[in-house]
Amino acid sequence: MAEQGIGARVRRKEDARFLHGRGNYVTDMLLPGQKEVAFLRSPVAHGRIRRIGKPKGLEHAVFAREDLVGAESMAAPSTLPGYKVSTQHPLAYGKVRFVGEPIVMTVGATRAEAEDIAEQVELDIEDLPVLVDAQTTRAQTEIRVHEEWPDNVACQINFESGFEAKARDAAVVVKRDIDLSRQAMVPLEGKAVLAFWDERMSQLMVYTSTQAPHIIRIGIAQMLHLEETQVRIISPDVGGGFGYKCILQPEEVCVCWLALKYKGKPFRYIEDRREHLVAGANSRQHHYKLTAYADKTGRLLALDADIAIDGGAYSMWPYTIGLETGQATGNLPGPYDFRGYRAKTQCVATNKPGFLPYRGVARTGVCFAMELVIDAIAREVGREPWEVRMDNLVPTTAMPYDNVTKKHYDSGDYHKALRLVHEKIDLPKWRERQKRGEPDGRLIGVGFASYCEQSAHGTSVFAAWGLSIVPGYDQAMVKITPDGGLEVRIGVHNHGQGMETTMAQVANQILGIDVAKIQVMHGDTGLTPFSTGTYASRSMVMAGGAIAKACQALVPRLLHIGAHLMQCAVNSVRYENGKVVGPQSSVTITDIAHAWYRLPFRLPPDVDLGGLETVMAYKPKVDTGAFSYASHAAVVAVDIEVGSVEILDYVIVEDCGTLVNPMVVDGQMLGGAAQGIGTALYEESHYDANGQPLASTFADYLLPGPTEVPAMRITHLQTPSPYTEFGVKGMGEGGAIAPPAVLFNAVNDALKGLGVELNETPLTPRRLLAALERAGVKGGMRAAS
Amino acid sequence: MKAAAFDYMRARDVAEACAALAQGNGKAKLLAGGQSLGPMLNLRLARPKLLIDVSRIQALAGIEDKADAWHIGAGVTHSRLEDAAGKLGGGAMLAHVAGGIAYRAVRNRGTIGGSLAHADPAADWPLALAALDAAVVIRGRAGSRRVAADRFMKSAFTTELAADEIVEAIIVPKLSAGARWGYHKFCRKTGEFPEASAACVLDPERRLARIYVGALTGAPQPLAGLARAAAERGLAACTREAIHEAVAAAAPQLDAIDRRMHAGVVARALQKTFQS
Repeated sequence: MAEQGIGARVRRKEDARFLHGRGNYVTDMLLPGQKEVAFLRSPVAHGRIRRIGKPKGLEHAVFAREDLVGAESMAAPSTLPGYKVSTQHPLAYGKVRFVGEPIVMTVGATRAEAEDIAEQVELDIEDLPVLVDAQTTRAQTEIRVHEEWPDNVACQINFESGFEAKARDAAVVVKRDIDLSRQAMVPLEGKAVLAFWDERMSQLMVYTSTQAPHIIRIGIAQMLHLEETQVRIISPDVGGGFGYKCILQPEEVCVCWLALKYKGKPFRYIEDRREHLVAGANSRQHHYKLTAYADKTGRLLALDADIAIDGGAYSMWPYTIGLETGQATGNLPGPYDFRGYRAKTQCVATNKPGFLPYRGVARTGVCFAMELVIDAIAREVGREPWEVRMDNLVPTTAMPYDNVTKKHYDSGDYHKALRLVHEKIDLPKWRERQKRGEPDGRLIGVGFASYCEQSAHGTSVFAAWGLSIVPGYDQAMVKITPDGGLEVRIGVHNHGQGMETTMAQVANQILGIDVAKIQVMHGDTGLTPFSTGTYASRSMVMAGGAIAKACQALVPRLLHIGAHLMQCAVNSVRYENGKVVGPQSSVTITDIAHAWYRLPFRLPPDVDLGGLETVMAYKPKVDTGAFSYASHAAVVAVDIEVGSVEILDYVIVEDCGTLVNPMVVDGQMLGGAAQGIGTALYEESHYDANGQPLASTFADYLLPGPTEVPAMRITHLQTPSPYTEFGVKGMGEGGAIAPPAVLFNAVNDALKGLGVELNETPLTPRRLLAALERAGVKGGMRAAS
Repeated sequence: MKAAAFDYMRARDVAEACAALAQGNGKAKLLAGGQSLGPMLNLRLARPKLLIDVSRIQALAGIEDKADAWHIGAGVTHSRLEDAAGKLGGGAMLAHVAGGIAYRAVRNRGTIGGSLAHADPAADWPLALAALDAAVVIRGRAGSRRVAADRFMKSAFTTELAADEIVEAIIVPKLSAGARWGYHKFCRKTGEFPEASAACVLDPERRLARIYVGALTGAPQPLAGLARAAAERGLAACTREAIHEAVAAAAPQLDAIDRRMHAGVVARALQKTFQS
């Protein structure tokens, strides 16, 4: 057996079924008598529902809010200062608050039929004035998204530490307005839910595409007044989550209500792409007004931040809009060592879909803002941006380091990552080429960005936000099978992270059982121990840690039985690679499993009655998070005639502590970086003044494809976290954090001679050309050149 | 989204398709490759009562060498033209343009006639065929007629076709050995419709000098003066100013940004022409 434990490059066990099209998604499921559900969604951004007219003869297939008797509305509490609860009905009631909000649910034998019925429903909605801009809406009190609120500020966090004293002596002051556009997360698979009442189990069976089956069980039970024992949630294969599926969806509540109302009949809803792009445009939109104070060398002294987050219409259950607001405020200082900070972060309700934390959460935004400001400081003081970064990074000698917002950076060498990325991108080579100029007239630019990333943050962090559900101990159940294999059951969910392989590697590290004989089971509340689920780059730290603990707990039991089988003393045996080794002989885990399950007369009389299975819980010694970090660098060629940006080179140097499987980490980095490139250059859910979404198909909502994502070069550093099992840190989100910052810095580097700087995602040709036109920059390309 | 209900028939020949179109009274639509119509049906933006499938009509599927021209059946897919690269004497530009349309899965089904009839302002064929001085053969119940490719598309999604007419073939004159051409489009990503596009064909032997700019609000527009200047004086005549002025005159509705983008693409097409 080849090395398969922590650090081994084990091929992903789950790939065979995915690559051969044998995955099993909700969309693949077909049950006898299954009905399909469609939603009629609001065509206006803000309005009062005057009448819903059901088509004659089809009333039985049409459901509005008032029909959903027994279904509660969703309201997510938080104790953050000034936080306001928004009540979201599973189907709109009284008012609609964004285009795409579900108003009516229809049922048909096919989806087409359900849509035909939805089309015949008459809606009479009185238009209300629409709030689409967070900056102006935060001062608006006349028109309100939620009338019961005094204004539209859903949540506000103020932070101040050492600001005045540190800002006072600054030689350099740099001000910037920095904006990120709204985005949809666009998993390959959107929402998907299938529910029916199982009479034999007396349970509501729910197959749903979620990152957090146990949380959905709590939610569904609560919304539909069921005991949690009456609800079983199965999250089968899931085509990507990215945060879109870590909350309770109104459509889940609606479909489950149908399944309860019409017991025995299965109902299914599959979100289509247009619904996703319209009703799921719910992330990334931050607006920053930053003032940075530095000395004349560019050493950062203090930062003043005014942040507006476009929160959309609803604060979603259970994580609320406070998550984004808190992360934006707390993480803006990034990997830098400075002691003066003042921030006012307002999350503003608008007539758009309710904000959700997307891969990277607020950190893609704060990294973008902070890194653009670092480059602006560098230009102001006339130095290379990477050098200014070097001067400001938290030194490794200061680790563990409590930053200005009291974030506890556990470990790492931030300088080394930046130094390496600078080496690998070969800055002098590109500076030389920049000087020569390109034959085709394009302009070359080089950009850098550094970040650190709180991962697997736990109880103390979430409790501070006052949420109704706070992650604590994650559990794992491990069970040796009668043939000496292993079942591992975890409450997190695998939807692209490779966990069916990497979690098996963790078990292999402790018990030495061949990864092929380890079955990782997840995504089913009926089979797995409780977990709040997969989000916040937590699964390997939390569930991986629990698996290690559980496996470790089995070892003494194996030694005890093994020693008895060899008729030697327990203190004379040791556990090694799936065997109990004694002074003269050894027994395999299979021998021990046989003894326990099939030949019990061989067992010692005082055998541990826990048998060969156990559940253990785990959380890190310090639960404020293990901080991963990285530096990215990129080279771009900017065509100032047509406004295009080509990525010529892209390098990542990252440190997520101990690597469990380098190939899986590479995959996560590349996938995340591809999404970051989307944020930087392509993806935008834009709205007109009436709150109408203008990107409702992939013709208007562009994603990077294979030819837009360059061949990125990745280097891993490994600084183990002192607080986690094996020293692992979360890394699922990191790739998506830096690309917007690094690509904008590269473009701004290319344009710096022209007096043009871009500060708003995505960097579309129109935005680029508009900035050049404003600056009076003529194109450099001639046909004759 | 799923399509609203419609009836479906498969036409055996062009005459049957024309007859069915006429009977459909404006509520019938032809289905060839379905690469534009399919999404429009599913979004319920197109709601025909009847779909007439013409994709199996053999008479529309030929690529014929007619001495001085290529006769391309309307039902020929982009990928067949792409794969004919090196075999289309005097028509190499057709294979080049076909190979750049969307991506292979679309090219495998999408047809040259379907693209022309759909008349998307940003599509490749209306632009390329205008520059190549091609003719469109149209068949209706009353018989067949020919329309120059640069007059076939009238505005966005509107063509010369009457309610009972169908595109039957495209006649593309062969370029002479000394001809030069350049085709350039700027797409934000591979496979997308372009933000701006341009085609240039200079064939002194055939006294053909054409530059067209595409991806406008309507049909591609000629830059006749610039084409003449390029034919007479070469690349030196194509200054940034000259290109900008030509684009501004041909498409006065463009704002400064779009003008810059289109002018940039025309410049690239010219570069390619003189490098060819």
